[in-house]
Amino acid sequence: MDRRFFFKVVGAAAGTTLVGAAPRDAEAAATASRSADDAYGVLVDLTRCVGCRTCEVACASANGLPAPSEADDKPGAPPRATNDTQWTVVNRHDTSKGEVYAKSQCMHCIEPACAAGCLTKALFKTQEGPVVWRADKCMGCRFCMVSCPFDAPKFEYNSWNPKIQKCQMCWERAKANGLPACVENCPNEALTFGKRGELLEIARQRIYQNPGQYVSHIYGEHEAGGTAVLYISPVDFAEVGFRTDLDTTSYPETTRDFLTAVPLILTAFPAFLMGLRQATGRSAEAQDAPHSEA
Amino acid sequence: MNAAVSDAYHRRPGERFWPFVLRQFRPSGPLVTPFNVITVGLMLVAAVILAWRFVYGLGSVTNLNQDFAWGLWIGFDVMAGVAFAGGAYVLCFLVYILRMEKYHAIVRVTVLNGFLAYVFYASALLLDLGRPWNVVNPIIGNSFGLTSVLFLVAWHFMLYMGAELIEFSPAIAEWGGFRKLHKVLTALTVGTVVFGITLSTLHQSALGALYLMAKPKVHPLWYSEFIPVLFFVSSIFAGMAMVIFEGGISAKVFADRTGDDVKRSHHRIVIGLARLAGGAMFVYLFLQVVQFVHEAKWNHFEGGWAAWWLVEILGLTAVPMVLFMLGSTRNRMGFIKVAAVLTLLGVLLNRLNLSVIAFKWYAPVHYVPSWQEFVVSAAVLSAELWVFRWVVRRMPVLGGEPAWARAHATQPATVPVVPGAVPAMMQAERR
Repeated sequence: MDRRFFFKVVGAAAGTTLVGAAPRDAEAAATASRSADDAYGVLVDLTRCVGCRTCEVACASANGLPAPSEADDKPGAPPRATNDTQWTVVNRHDTSKGEVYAKSQCMHCIEPACAAGCLTKALFKTQEGPVVWRADKCMGCRFCMVSCPFDAPKFEYNSWNPKIQKCQMCWERAKANGLPACVENCPNEALTFGKRGELLEIARQRIYQNPGQYVSHIYGEHEAGGTAVLYISPVDFAEVGFRTDLDTTSYPETTRDFLTAVPLILTAFPAFLMGLRQATGRSAEAQDAPHSEA
Repeated sequence: MNAAVSDAYHRRPGERFWPFVLRQFRPSGPLVTPFNVITVGLMLVAAVILAWRFVYGLGSVTNLNQDFAWGLWIGFDVMAGVAFAGGAYVLCFLVYILRMEKYHAIVRVTVLNGFLAYVFYASALLLDLGRPWNVVNPIIGNSFGLTSVLFLVAWHFMLYMGAELIEFSPAIAEWGGFRKLHKVLTALTVGTVVFGITLSTLHQSALGALYLMAKPKVHPLWYSEFIPVLFFVSSIFAGMAMVIFEGGISAKVFADRTGDDVKRSHHRIVIGLARLAGGAMFVYLFLQVVQFVHEAKWNHFEGGWAAWWLVEILGLTAVPMVLFMLGSTRNRMGFIKVAAVLTLLGVLLNRLNLSVIAFKWYAPVHYVPSWQEFVVSAAVLSAELWVFRWVVRRMPVLGGEPAWARAHATQPATVPVVPGAVPAMMQAERR
């Protein structure tokens, strides 16, 4: 019997109404019934990206953000990060195979740390795949920013009523016409929208059928437990500024044992403490004089 | 008991309540003192900074940015402040669960300290929230983020503040002369203490568990799957060091309000707390060694970060541990006082390392708090000290409870209440 199983059994026995294991397991089961590969995602093929930044412009206009500045991608300039007014950026990297452009945005993890950490579910993983932000729930604690391994959520530091800003995979738009703005406007078909399982097949096909063109790695297949945005690249991902030291299990997994122990401690501790008080009582009765309590 | 002092401050039988309360708000000492001038100045400047912040956003007064979302207001006010408030649950455990009567004399002041620390530091969280008006969402159920460690922290902070208020409330009842209410509140103590210790165990460790998901961002020397346990154990000695530290100050500043039994037992209490702190620090260091080996930390043990880690682990944990142990076995109060200060610095450094200093150690530009962030933190501390001083000067906290209150002890009538029992209690303490 391993530790996690033990905690689960004890936790379930301890009562399903307490904060902890039971509701989360129910949620996990609901997600599992709809396979992650059945939800939507985007495949980014870095061999096809020419760095035109049409996706940046399309994203800004579709989401009511200010138009991206044209001046800041000169050769040698440090890579730009997404921020509270820009949900996606394309960076130019000088690599062993020459210039490679890489788009970055929220990775829409299968098990997102931001959503698991959000105490009001303001950041929320939809059944369809996108991780979205809900204004009426958010209290602006920014724990999502602390927990996200990709640093995707950004915060409006200069507003009295700040929003968390990040790519929403054009969720509202996708419901109407099916394609995120960046994907629809990419002139070179570097971006492909579809179900994650199908995107993985396309990615594998391209890698197998074009020997030498790609490194044999699909970024996002396993990183952080798997993401809905997937990348294939002509060079090692470290060369285009991706984190290559991430766990292959999801980050919410790191807190699972702790959260599962919570109902156990909540129920067992009071009983243990009362028992201890009883046990010390007899000797105390023999010697104690009355004394006021604080 | 110094009956003369208590008589002047308690509500006398028959005295009307509101005139009494108004009288209590009259200053009890000189107004223009260095402490008052400095703290009022800090609070006024902080008020302006905070007004600015609520109009122009967090970025207008803090150095927080997209890479460093949490800064001094979380790392110092919440992470370190809550650890320092750990004395309340540890002393409640000693007195109400293990019934170590020796520590009874300081339970009240420690619980008051813990309560005010939570109210001020944890509530300073509101200043850090971008959308503080939504702070009720996790309570009213819009929505319950049951997978979130922060959800647990939020609920436990709230419940624990209530528990500590109930634990302290007999002192308020004694001050206001509410005899019947006092009986009810006193009867609630043990149940509340049991609940409070459980909540503390969970939220002290949960504060550490917040950083579990930040695994790729925290320097490996500070990251460990043991973080929740390390936070819990260190909150024990952080709390003890704080009790020793502020107890030494209170004994001087509030000498006129300190009861005889507190004065008499002060020395032995400090020796006992030092022994406890030393033991907890030994456990902590042992856990540090275990996780160092278990997680093969020597692979990351290099450069300035290794030296910095040793400052925290050896200089500010192992050294004070030895000083606590020497101080308690050889009866050297000087050692214990130095150890308490070093321990407080060590816990502060540990919390800041995890949340700010060793967080994103690879970032090209690091976060350094702005002067405004320091001023607001200092102002929060000042406000707490003002309330603490007001309460200690007026309520029976360091002793001097009215005679009628002594009859409401919760150990229910195992020994009949007789006037001559007080010397017997002191004999029990001497063991």
